[in-house]
Amino acid sequence: MTPTPTRTSAASRNAAARRAALHWVGVHALAVAASLFFVLPFVFVLLTALMSDSQALTRDLWPHTWEWGNFRTVWETPGFLTWWRNTLLYAGLGTVLAVGSSIPVAYALAKFRFRGRNAMMLLVIAAMMLPPQVVIVPMYLFWARQLDLSGSLWPLIIPFAFGNPFTIFLLRQFLLTIPREYTEAARIDGCGEFRAMVRIVLPMAKPGIAAVSLFHFFYCWNDYFGPQIYASENPGAWTLSYGLESFKGAHQTDWNLTMAATVLVMAPVILVFFFAQRAFIEGVTLTGVKG
Amino acid sequence: MRTVSAAARRRRSALRTLGFLSPWLLGLGIFFGYPLAATVYFSFMKYDGFTDPVWTGFDNWSYVFTDYPFFWPALGNTLWLVAVMVTLRVAFGLGVGLLLTKIKTGAGVFRTLFYLPYLAPPVAATVAFAFLLNPGTGPANTVLDALGLPQPGWFNDASWSKPALTLLALWGIGDLMVIFLASLLDVPKEQYEAAELDGAGPWARFRYVTLPNISPIVLFAVVTGVIETLQYYTQPMVASKVASGVIGGSGQHFEPGYPEKSTLTVPQTVYHLGFQRFDTGAACVVALVLFAIAMACTALLMRRGRGFLTAED
Repeated sequence: MTPTPTRTSAASRNAAARRAALHWVGVHALAVAASLFFVLPFVFVLLTALMSDSQALTRDLWPHTWEWGNFRTVWETPGFLTWWRNTLLYAGLGTVLAVGSSIPVAYALAKFRFRGRNAMMLLVIAAMMLPPQVVIVPMYLFWARQLDLSGSLWPLIIPFAFGNPFTIFLLRQFLLTIPREYTEAARIDGCGEFRAMVRIVLPMAKPGIAAVSLFHFFYCWNDYFGPQIYASENPGAWTLSYGLESFKGAHQTDWNLTMAATVLVMAPVILVFFFAQRAFIEGVTLTGVKG
Repeated sequence: MRTVSAAARRRRSALRTLGFLSPWLLGLGIFFGYPLAATVYFSFMKYDGFTDPVWTGFDNWSYVFTDYPFFWPALGNTLWLVAVMVTLRVAFGLGVGLLLTKIKTGAGVFRTLFYLPYLAPPVAATVAFAFLLNPGTGPANTVLDALGLPQPGWFNDASWSKPALTLLALWGIGDLMVIFLASLLDVPKEQYEAAELDGAGPWARFRYVTLPNISPIVLFAVVTGVIETLQYYTQPMVASKVASGVIGGSGQHFEPGYPEKSTLTVPQTVYHLGFQRFDTGAACVVALVLFAIAMACTALLMRRGRGFLTAED
């Protein structure tokens, strides 16, 4: 009688270990399968980018010859460097303006008590949710007819100097996490509200500011609709997103060159991600977790 | 004496608040208030952007709803995408998030790999998928062929173009995945242990512990997904242009929603009416329909997600 309990417990321990091992294998097999779905598109794009012109017309998946020169061909395409410069200008200047003008607004919405604050917050959220196409027709007429600025990126950059709803919303969410005591202490020490913001709160809000800056930078980098509306008439003002599409149009059958261009547009974003991974993830969770 | 200084202090603090808010107040007026009012105004006008606008009452409205051949297909496609794409994205994002919580070995590497596609700029990702899925030389169909499976026409077949867009949207699941992962890790461990002691299996634990804990995040994902889908523009536009083989660039005309209007969404009709047909009035009508739907969804989000509004102080 006595050995039975030990035997069953050993058997059940064995069964449990086997179940855990099976579980491990199942989970990791699923993870590998999911990885294939996420990674294979990049792999095929890269392989095609390295094919010769004639091979790009076939169904062979592996390059017969490795044509690294495709990247140079794309790089030297007339206009490609201009698209880069324009995109950097749009994303860089746009981000500086948007974050700079949104900081005081987000600060007021997070730290001041005033009548109509909730209504103001509601307007920020409504503006954030508004599809850009809703107001595009009068906006275009305003920039093109009144100010004669179509064919440039200025109609996209200038509005960022007046606060960006998404940036305001995210920054406010972040500023709420900074305890009031800090600003109150500053106020008691006779520090003005603006000084309290610049000297005390902003240094503490650096991770939040970094996250929204990254977000905004990539919003501009990725924007297609804006440049299509305002810049399409002037190739000198095209951005990478808009230019890439036209590149495909000009190289109908050259999938290899189009994929090389696609790699060159994707690469900087992915490189930046590896350097700023923390800020990125922080920004994404900010959008959803608070509240 | 004291009342005067209190009033002065109040005025000072009101001015200070106004000062901090001023960039946004100006922006709200110039870039939202004014154009929204102008959109309403133009929706009652015949206006081609060049000659003077002429009042035509509800002509634009009846034109859009009865004679404009692209409006109802676009609305139908947008609803299809809301129903299918949003649902699948939420389910897939949750599934991938759950998978990540179970991975013991190499979790960091897997998380990065799953997240990467989200970073691909939309135009680049769409051009990439238009290549991967092209029926002639696309690797997707090459692989399907090797496996003896049917090879769909994807972006060149009206019944496969929206599924192809959905596939592209699932590829870029990274944003939802991270949000779900964070909320899944926040579920208190004790609740799982208690459920396990009560003999709850994996499904019961998911149904009665995980889901109730993360339901606010699921709702958030659904509503923001709907709002994003209402703005869905770049991917269908680029996919249809690339698949139809239209030369891109300025002033080039293309068949909206190729193939057979199947990728046309409501925001694209604003572009089609306003910037290809120069029918400002009708474009404004569609813009207002879009506005009404977007605001209705936002109101839903507000009602359920009071937390976004109230400051916790």
